[in-house]
Amino acid sequence: MSTPSQTVDLETYVPHVDHTYDPRDPEVALYVDDVSVRFGGVQAVSSATVAALAGQVTGLIGPNGAGKTTTFNVITGLESPTNGKVWLDNNDVSSLPPYKRARRGLARTFQRLEVFGTLTARDNILAAAEFRRSWAHDHSDPRQVADELIERVGLGHVQHERVDMLPTGLARLVELGRGLATRPKVLLLDEPGSGLDTAESEALGDLLIELAQEGIAVLVVEHDVDLVMRVCNRIHVLDFGRIICVGYPKDVQADPAVQAAYLGAED
Amino acid sequence: MAAPALELKGITAGYGRIEVLHDVSLAVPAGTVYALLGPNGAGKTTTMLVASGYVRPTAGCVHVAGSHVNRVAPENLAKAGVCRIPEGRGIFPNLTVNENLRMFTYSSPFSTGEVQEKSYARFPRLGERRNQLAGTLSGGEQQMLAMSRALVADPGILLLDEISMGLAPKIVSELYELVGQLAQDGISILLVEQFARTALAVSDYAAVMTGGRIAMVGQPADVADFVNEAYLGGAA
Amino acid sequence: MTVEFIQLLVVGLVTGCVYALSATGLVVTYTTSGIFNFAHGAIGMLGAFTYWQLTVGWGWPAWVALPAVLLVLAPLFGGAVERVLVRPLHGASVDVTLVITLGLLLFLLGAANYIWDPATSRVLPELFKGGGTSIAGVNLSRQQILIVVMAIVVALALRTLFSKTRIGIAMRGVVDDPDLCAMSGASPARIQQLSWAIGAALASLAGILIAPKVGLSSLQLTLLVINGYAAALFGRLKSLPRTAVGGILLGILVEMYPVYISPHVPGFSDTAGELTKAVPMIFLGVLLLFLPSARLRTSTAAGRIAPTVPGLRQSLVGGVALVVVAVVLTGLLSSDNLGIATSVVVLAIALLSLVLLTGYSGQTSLCVLTFVGLGAWAMGHSGHSVLGLLWGALLAGAAGALVALATARLRGLYLALATFAFAKGMDEAFFYFHLGSGQQLEIKRFQLLGLDTQSPSTFFLLCALVLAVASVGVLAVRRGRWGRQLTALNDSPAACATLGVNTTITKVVVFTAAAAMAGFAGGLYGSSRGIVTNNDFAVLGSLALLLAVRVGGINTITGAIFGALTITMFPEIQKHVHGLPDKLQLAYLLTGLAAVSVGRDPDGLGGQFSKLGHYLRGLRTPPQSASGAPDFEEARLVHS
Repeated sequence: MSTPSQTVDLETYVPHVDHTYDPRDPEVALYVDDVSVRFGGVQAVSSATVAALAGQVTGLIGPNGAGKTTTFNVITGLESPTNGKVWLDNNDVSSLPPYKRARRGLARTFQRLEVFGTLTARDNILAAAEFRRSWAHDHSDPRQVADELIERVGLGHVQHERVDMLPTGLARLVELGRGLATRPKVLLLDEPGSGLDTAESEALGDLLIELAQEGIAVLVVEHDVDLVMRVCNRIHVLDFGRIICVGYPKDVQADPAVQAAYLGAED
Repeated sequence: MAAPALELKGITAGYGRIEVLHDVSLAVPAGTVYALLGPNGAGKTTTMLVASGYVRPTAGCVHVAGSHVNRVAPENLAKAGVCRIPEGRGIFPNLTVNENLRMFTYSSPFSTGEVQEKSYARFPRLGERRNQLAGTLSGGEQQMLAMSRALVADPGILLLDEISMGLAPKIVSELYELVGQLAQDGISILLVEQFARTALAVSDYAAVMTGGRIAMVGQPADVADFVNEAYLGGAA
Repeated sequence: MTVEFIQLLVVGLVTGCVYALSATGLVVTYTTSGIFNFAHGAIGMLGAFTYWQLTVGWGWPAWVALPAVLLVLAPLFGGAVERVLVRPLHGASVDVTLVITLGLLLFLLGAANYIWDPATSRVLPELFKGGGTSIAGVNLSRQQILIVVMAIVVALALRTLFSKTRIGIAMRGVVDDPDLCAMSGASPARIQQLSWAIGAALASLAGILIAPKVGLSSLQLTLLVINGYAAALFGRLKSLPRTAVGGILLGILVEMYPVYISPHVPGFSDTAGELTKAVPMIFLGVLLLFLPSARLRTSTAAGRIAPTVPGLRQSLVGGVALVVVAVVLTGLLSSDNLGIATSVVVLAIALLSLVLLTGYSGQTSLCVLTFVGLGAWAMGHSGHSVLGLLWGALLAGAAGALVALATARLRGLYLALATFAFAKGMDEAFFYFHLGSGQQLEIKRFQLLGLDTQSPSTFFLLCALVLAVASVGVLAVRRGRWGRQLTALNDSPAACATLGVNTTITKVVVFTAAAAMAGFAGGLYGSSRGIVTNNDFAVLGSLALLLAVRVGGINTITGAIFGALTITMFPEIQKHVHGLPDKLQLAYLLTGLAAVSVGRDPDGLGGQFSKLGHYLRGLRTPPQSASGAPDFEEARLVHS
């Protein structure tokens, strides 16, 4: 495990990358391998390496515009990186289209909601369970899966409402349930806590820990610091598209480079 | 004491069903720099949009130099001297630097020549790239171009939204140098910033927003400690 | 190089200049306002007719009439269209802008035919009659020289506008950031209005220049200016120089085809060059194939009501009710009127395919009648056999699968353009060849289990039964697993892909199924009519049908029935209502008008009623604001 960096000077700062993991390590469920993304003249992500382990909640935090959502898009294949690879379950999936990555056990939620707005909450999750059944060819009963997940993410009271009528917080839970319906090995959550009140956010935290305990590798982007610090086993900090720190929550909080990234350089 | 350059009183606002700001009040005294700090999603940008007329508050009122401006269209607020530099480079990426400056002075009394002279004197690097498409400039140069709008519009109130976003610290301090100069010229400035230390260094007053509310208002020095906690959960 | 070749090259260059002028106007409007103006061709037609009215009709001299049309009337009209129709569309989806501009296209066609009776022949003289020079055996008329000069003048003028003037720079800037424009004191609405004025003027110029050559026919002129769309696409809808090159290439291709291409392709039967008219659409289709892949669309569900889907019981009751009404009608209607009623029912079956394809899964199709036509054609070649219906479904389904595979990467505007190109190409190639120029296909009624299908009432009942079964079936699909998948695909393709759905296969399957359904209906259509010609399957008919279904509500069965009813009944009403002039094209006029009025609501009249119901019951309606950015990418003008 890494020790947090002590370097502050961002001009000469060498990104501290967690080298202790290899994409082929069996416990590494997701490995973002030296990924860079350029849009026009803007370097959105540069040489980012992220490892998410099975059975753990991994945090990906950083200031606005640091490249977190872009990283998620690269992992799921919605955007192509200019450089670098994505590994799922020890296999290089960089050349696979999004749907094939999903079939290998990758699910995600979106920061800007991508719900099936004209369907009910339950039908959103049911549709995902049916998708899963159609490509996994297993004998799961989608209706049963949907009912269980509705219960689990706590949407029972609104399950028959159309999703575009729901408050954002609940719609995010629909996306979470939908992702879970595909029985992922790796779950990417893009700001799942925004729009939730304190109690709901606490319940979400419990759920994330529970999911990790079931063996899922959870990678979460979140701004609610309390939530992140509570549920994450390890945290990656992204700034200007670079990973500037990897470590345990306490270490990350104390890291001067992270403070500089959030608060600006000390004069 | 003269009326504040900009005052928000008990503002509640949001988008559709989602309420983002809850009872936000703040006052920017004339000729001062006021920093609005806080973590992502705290409602800072929405506050800016309310101040510049792009989002109508559902409750509360906006005063500019003592006049009630709740119902004034953004274009007219702009003409009245409220200039907002939006988050994420307020430039036209497919126009050249020269053409951008021409756009910025679309309805201003200055001639394009004067404006170019003024901007290029302040930012020589823009002058070197005057015929280049703005979208091909570096991030810092793009932000300089965006800031030129404040330079040429000669506004009464300047609203700056995260001018440091995605920029290297060196460029950020260069931009903040300009903010300081503009303040010395007597422009009242409300700035939204994530980099608290940088912003506090140039500001006269500061407020911290969390969850759509003003959590604290005070002198820059008092606010600094509070901010750490809001961002990183206290261990810092 | 022979003199003949150079002569053709010159003629092609001239034709190309006209295409380029038309396409330039389209691109200026699109890059500035973000709206692809499908009515561009109709505006050009209107300009040419107005010019004819002023000069030939009222005897104005050309030097007065030309500036009056190009500098006053056309810009005013374009500006008015922007103010009334386009400005309220701010932030609307491509789908909505499509309906509004297509509605305008139909409305203008209907209006022009009302004002200028198509039965009267009119000639628009060339601006300069006769004259001209001959260089080394190559003839150049004064009109041709004028066209080239006009094109050069317009190109230079636009170049100056976009690089030297403040308003021109603003026109380029407004696409990047309308809000920033407003902050700088330049009103985005004004700037976009100017772009519509310029677009209308250029369309009119193209119409006036080409009309002496092709004749003053509203339909021909509209479609001809539409050929400019291919040139615009060559410029990727944003580069003016590339658009000009595209126009000239297309012009040369069109003129060269009958002489140098069609006679020399071995085994190709078009020795007379009859397919010339299809060349622009083939050009357009090929360009679309080479477009870069669009990124997966993200969510656009905002504002849609998507009426409640009836349950099995409810839909069965509806189906039975439909059959009962049909039985009652057989007792009430004369055999002539039964024939009309049969047309309505058969067309409704075809339109159910649009409910499935466009309503549920969100794939725009402007070629529904092409599949109907293929079905009818297959039926006509199957003797008396009821199997002809299946052949029709198979043939249309296969064509649908090919179209879907070729367009799998496209969406929104480009998918609409591709299906339009397919429909128009088939119109001018296949149907014209097999059913056109006075030919017609006789289709005998099929025999089925000893039923007397010759009897109008029996055949009507049979079709009504098919419609009832198909409606119940489509609703069952919507409620089921596949329906959820289609709706999901419509709501968010990006989310579908990240949940393991192969969106390409889903699209191809739904396209194929819808085409097969339309083909099946085509067999019935052919049988009900007895005789069909190419006019039955013209591209404008497909447009009118899509709009009529949209007005009725494209995600409902009632929408399909409403669409079939209006499109079939308008001409009948016209015949019987005393005092309506028969030159009035009620179908086009009213459908166009209805489309521009309710087209803003993606749910059509059904949605309006549904909203009213929600309102009365005190329910909330979904938020109207679009959740994502307007769905058009990379529209920025390249002017040099």
